Amino acid sequence: MNGEAEPEAASTDSSPADCLLTARLFAQNPGNFGGICLRGFGPVRDALLEKLVSALEPLGPVLKIPNNVDSERLLGGIDLAATLQGGRSVWRPGLLETAQNGVVLLPMAERIDENIAAHIAQAMDIGKLSIILLDDGMESDEAPPTVLLERIAFHCDLTGSRDLEAVKALNLSCESAAKIRAMTKKQRGALAATAAASGIHSVRPLLFAERCATRHAALAGHDKIADQDLQMAVRLVLGPRATQFPQQHESPPPPQEEPSPPDQDSSEGEDQQNIEDIPLEDLLLEAATASIPPHILDQIEGKVRQAGKGQGGRAGNKQQSTKRGRPKGTRPGVPGNGKRLALIDTLRTAAPWQTIRRNESGNLEPGKIHIRKSDLRVHHYEERQESLTIFAVDASGSSALSRLAEAKGAVELMLAEAYVKRSQVALVAFRKDGAEVLLPPTRSLTRARRALGALPGGGGTPLAAGLISARQLAEAARKRGQTPTIAMLTDGKGNVMLDGTANRKGAKAEMEEVAKGIAALGLNSIVIDISPRPRPEAVELAAALRGRYLPLPRAQSAALVAAIESVGKEAMV
Amino acid sequence: MSGFPFSAIVGQEEMKLALLVAAVDARIGGVMIFGDRGTGKSTAARALAATLPQIRAVDGCRFHCEPENRDDCPDPCTSKRIRKMAVPFVDLPLGSTEDRVVGTLDLEKALAHGEKHFEPGLLAKAHRGFLYIDEINLLEDHVVDLLLDVAASGENLVERDGLSIRHPARFVLIGSGNPEEGELRPQLLDRFGLSVEVKTPDDIDQRVEIMRRCDAQERDAAKFTAKWKGEDAKVLRQIDRAKKALPKVKTPAKILRDTAALCKAVGADGLRGELTLMRGARAFAALQGDVSVTLDHLKTMAPLSLRHRLRRDVLDETGSTVRIERALEELFG
Repeated sequence: MNGEAEPEAASTDSSPADCLLTARLFAQNPGNFGGICLRGFGPVRDALLEKLVSALEPLGPVLKIPNNVDSERLLGGIDLAATLQGGRSVWRPGLLETAQNGVVLLPMAERIDENIAAHIAQAMDIGKLSIILLDDGMESDEAPPTVLLERIAFHCDLTGSRDLEAVKALNLSCESAAKIRAMTKKQRGALAATAAASGIHSVRPLLFAERCATRHAALAGHDKIADQDLQMAVRLVLGPRATQFPQQHESPPPPQEEPSPPDQDSSEGEDQQNIEDIPLEDLLLEAATASIPPHILDQIEGKVRQAGKGQGGRAGNKQQSTKRGRPKGTRPGVPGNGKRLALIDTLRTAAPWQTIRRNESGNLEPGKIHIRKSDLRVHHYEERQESLTIFAVDASGSSALSRLAEAKGAVELMLAEAYVKRSQVALVAFRKDGAEVLLPPTRSLTRARRALGALPGGGGTPLAAGLISARQLAEAARKRGQTPTIAMLTDGKGNVMLDGTANRKGAKAEMEEVAKGIAALGLNSIVIDISPRPRPEAVELAAALRGRYLPLPRAQSAALVAAIESVGKEAMV
Repeated sequence: MSGFPFSAIVGQEEMKLALLVAAVDARIGGVMIFGDRGTGKSTAARALAATLPQIRAVDGCRFHCEPENRDDCPDPCTSKRIRKMAVPFVDLPLGSTEDRVVGTLDLEKALAHGEKHFEPGLLAKAHRGFLYIDEINLLEDHVVDLLLDVAASGENLVERDGLSIRHPARFVLIGSGNPEEGELRPQLLDRFGLSVEVKTPDDIDQRVEIMRRCDAQERDAAKFTAKWKGEDAKVLRQIDRAKKALPKVKTPAKILRDTAALCKAVGADGLRGELTLMRGARAFAALQGDVSVTLDHLKTMAPLSLRHRLRRDVLDETGSTVRIERALEELFG
């Protein structure tokens, strides 16, 4: 792991400088850019945020909105105390209204509830409101809601950044708002072409890129948008959003560290010459390529989850619940049957009517509050369904001889993924005359690893028994509200029947019957063929399960992980 | 006060050290204790809080503000009178609801008088003291989210139930949990300055001694406390002296370089590892009565400051502690 950390740090080396530049651009005119996302918690981001806030405070309100805000406080609502006291409905403006013409700070943006995000997005569309997203996500699928990312110009990644001094030296004070001539048609065309080539379909990034180029030109003291302004805009705005690797005539040059704008003048002569020869679009494509974050590249290469970013974020389906989970607001309803009364909301509903009801009932006692059944509100919670991956590993002689070790490696990698997502894993092994649950569903990586390490190999292949075991675990998980996925690691050559007798033909019939039963239950599954060469038997098993088939690529456990994940994702849509 | 005296805790030197260091320099952040049940985790944390000298607070203030530092109190907080109180030690039970943790609208006042009044939660109670969360790895995700933000910003911002209030909530977060029962999100781990791994002592003599002391305490708590009063006072003086000496402890440039080299070698993410290790080594030096941080201080504090910041490597069976020790060995011999 130590070895791996190095190249990663090297490839994102230029990104902190980019982040500082984005902060400068953003601070010049926050309303123009919608906002900025600062990913990667740590002292560097804290320092940058402090700088940004003190630069933005003179321009308008800067409000922090905690993650657990309720929509009433966000959008405004009846002020309970004042309403009860006054006997008439007193409206209190919400945070989004108060923050108009200013900036809203959203901590732990990767955990923002979609409903809250939708309200914020709406407020950004209607009025003049910009946001700073503090994204604490660490894995590539932990990201702020897409509705918000879409509406902001800058996505900065400060993960692992150590350059505290540079941030401390940063000057965010507003510089001259010189008039910059509008972008030429050719430049706009090149921008649009670059976006298209990078797989960016939304129009918003184009608008942001244009504004970014303009502000960058102003920072650099130009009077019109020069090619390097455009390049920088592409690098800062389009690059981080790329969903595909831009197609180019020749292979892209290795990412070079680009000088920040003030020093750019010195190298301008040189750049200018190069620019003469290369068409503008290619130049921009190059800039986009250079700034595509490494984890996006992984996603592009694997062709998985590129569309799922920030949507499939957390593991497991979601389920509305009236009993437990994350609070999700209230709705009209009668308490009881496990539903809990939301007292404050009930009172809030009742409050404006008090004067009328008091007069109606003739009971004018001031301390009495009149509540009708229609006022009652109950809590609603969202239970996030945990996902459970059940690994059924074929530890028979045929597979032990070939690739059991590789299969173990793959499972270990997947365990690590599951750990990150806090989903559960279970482990079933089948060999000799039956199947055994080595590890009941758990979240503990330590235990899973231990169980896997102790897995012996050898004997026949009781495939049907393995399937039944996995199915039992899956069904039990469903009852607990989990979303199970079965991953069969086998060569598909079952030769032991459920009663323990060796009979290839009978075993196959049993296997098909059990597999079809699993398919009928609608359980997600994937068959990973661990035989030395892809076998028709494993393909047949996958077909019977109505699951995916994947031959285990040699020594490519990572590809396997990606495949299993995508099966899980499909299931969650 | 009839808790178990801090100095009477047998063994568990690393845990005691981490707690002392955290008490000397609050900026280090909290302590995460990994380990089995019944290893004295909560006893030690509770005992330390009880050992610390009483703090001065504004009389009648629900957030027990420091008299000199009451500007960020949401209450009027104008009383001239000052009261002394024990350092707060708040337990956050697993099933805590969000309302109970962050605070909520005082319904009685709202109903009876039409007054909007904030009823402080556990976070407010823990201000200037310790917040202890047993089995933190089993805490519900949305409560963890709350804690993360408050622990990072030092204030509790409530925007719900029609309330809009912010109050200071600076506390030493002490978490405990068994990683075998569920893992912690790395974001939460990062908020802890130090982490320790505790095990039940294997040594028979130690176990006997634990039994003996626990028994003595159960029989006559007052007598037991009195017996250890002198030792506890020593600990208190040590913390006190270290706090005073801390600003004067020197950190040589070479130590800073060593710190950075070590963090790079083990692959600790971000800059927080370095900063914590530096602060931790400094506080440790102060506790030892040394005027300058040495390599030994660094070596002692390295596993505590870094082991929970290493990226988890599934294919490498060796634990983080071993990896750090190996790096220490390679770098400094």
